[in-house]
Amino acid sequence: MLDVLRILEQDGRVPAAEIATRLGRPLEEIQQALAEIEARQLIVSYGALVNWEKVSDDRVYAFISVEAEPEHGRGFDTVADHISRFPEVHSLYLMSGTADLQVVVEGNDFRAIARFVAEKLAPVPGVRSTSTSFVLKTYKAEGRLLAESGGDHRLAVTP
Amino acid sequence: MSGPPRLSKMVQNLPPSGIREFFDLVIGMDDVISLGVGEPDFVTPWHICDAAIAAMRRGMTSYTSNLGLMELREAIAADMQRRWGVAYRPETQIIVTVGVSEGLDLVMRALLDPGDEVIVPEPCFVAYRAAVLMAGGIPVTIATREADEFRLLPDDLEAAITPRTRALLIGYPNNPTGATMSREDLLAIAKVCSEHDVLVLSDEIYALLTYEGQHTCFASLPDMYERTLVFNGFSKAYAMTGWRLGYACGPEYLIDALNRLHAYTVMCAPVSAQVAATEALRHGDGDMQRMVAEYDQRRRLFVKGLNDIGLPCFMPRGAFYAFPRVGHLGLTSKEFSRRLLFEQKVAAVPGTAFGACGEGHLRCTYATGMQQLKEALDRMGRFVDTLRQEGASAAS
Ligand SMILES: Cc1ncc(COP(=O)(O)O)c(C=O)c1O
Repeated sequence: MLDVLRILEQDGRVPAAEIATRLGRPLEEIQQALAEIEARQLIVSYGALVNWEKVSDDRVYAFISVEAEPEHGRGFDTVADHISRFPEVHSLYLMSGTADLQVVVEGNDFRAIARFVAEKLAPVPGVRSTSTSFVLKTYKAEGRLLAESGGDHRLAVTP
Repeated sequence: MSGPPRLSKMVQNLPPSGIREFFDLVIGMDDVISLGVGEPDFVTPWHICDAAIAAMRRGMTSYTSNLGLMELREAIAADMQRRWGVAYRPETQIIVTVGVSEGLDLVMRALLDPGDEVIVPEPCFVAYRAAVLMAGGIPVTIATREADEFRLLPDDLEAAITPRTRALLIGYPNNPTGATMSREDLLAIAKVCSEHDVLVLSDEIYALLTYEGQHTCFASLPDMYERTLVFNGFSKAYAMTGWRLGYACGPEYLIDALNRLHAYTVMCAPVSAQVAATEALRHGDGDMQRMVAEYDQRRRLFVKGLNDIGLPCFMPRGAFYAFPRVGHLGLTSKEFSRRLLFEQKVAAVPGTAFGACGEGHLRCTYATGMQQLKEALDRMGRFVDTLRQEGASAAS
């Protein structure tokens, strides 16, 4: 099961038959594992890691540190749930350290994000303060290097 | 008028590597998928590079002791003990070399007088025969067979031994076949070596790339510790070919003999590579295991693919090579790889580069990205179909 997840984490398009060959397992076993993985939502979705900086520049990301008011018995869950429902929010984490929540926001330009923070995020009940940092360039995302790789430096034939 | 100065007879007689010949064909061609490479497609894990960079910043840029940095030799000793259960004293029984390549050259020069023989089972790494020849020795080759899974058989070894035999040179897991030898297989070889008092030079550079069964270090076999020199290195398992670092472990008198030559030849292995290797041994397990797991998946996919397109392939259990049969399609290995290159732009090395008994086979490296392996299989399949059609029209 772990092996199957690792393969799909690298490449979500690998068919079951190939996974079976690569792992040296019967096809039925892999199909069963995949059914279970999907039933238990161990894989949440199959998407592509797009390098948007290469496609166009009308997409901007910001990392926003949020200090929030915890709620008795629920901690930060209510305020986090509220924030996470905005479609502009790309990801959201509860953090250790000074800020309580880390919000990653996606927008068409800097102004759109500034507006989102001022008009939507900051007024959310329980949000005490926000501190916004814009992403200027992505070097690595989801474990993959996005800069041009060095390429294959090996000679074509070696002993 | 005289030409350039005469070269030594030894150099004049040294056959060019079959690999070199093939390399000359490939350079300058575009869009070639290369399965001809004897090294990993991964780059060296970053923590290893980082350790070397940090050492350079600290000013570690000088010679080391001839045998190598003590902390590296200690790490090697710990590794040999932990993985293979063999104890070596770092002070006297381990020498750090410029790759296993240097170690092989040193040991042949240390052992051989003109006319002395070294037994070399083939197909094998291209430098084995050459190392013997360069030291004035005579390589006595033994052909291993696909039917025996390219293992060395004790009877064949026994038949090759003469009064001039100084050593047996083996390399398992094997380049180019991917064959391994089980502990039982090796015990039978050890018995013959004991009986005939033959020294064993065991190149175990692919030991960590063993996918089925357990690797056995030759020196760990009963009675073999004193008559075995083990070679190993960082090139393959840690993806460090360009760092040029290896080592040899064995009886003190042999290490001392190697060191006498080594001290004059290179003085010591490069210090930054030694620092990197120390890091690899101390903290490299995780990255190494991830690479091994990836090779293992490619191995299954690629070997199945070869069999499916009609190139029957014995299942390699180690290293990162597949050695499919191509002879049944009517071409020699050389013609096959030449036409495969020109017609489908896939580079793979003819089996004969690794010994005459490699005829009828092709060496394909699967240390190549999964997508490229699949594309290579498609192209090779088309080439096999072409050859079949040629065969059919010639027959009608
Ligand atoms: C069997 C074998 N031994 C030794 C070597 C050389 O290794 P190194 O890079 O340590 O000189 C190779 C490299 O291809 C090999 O395949």
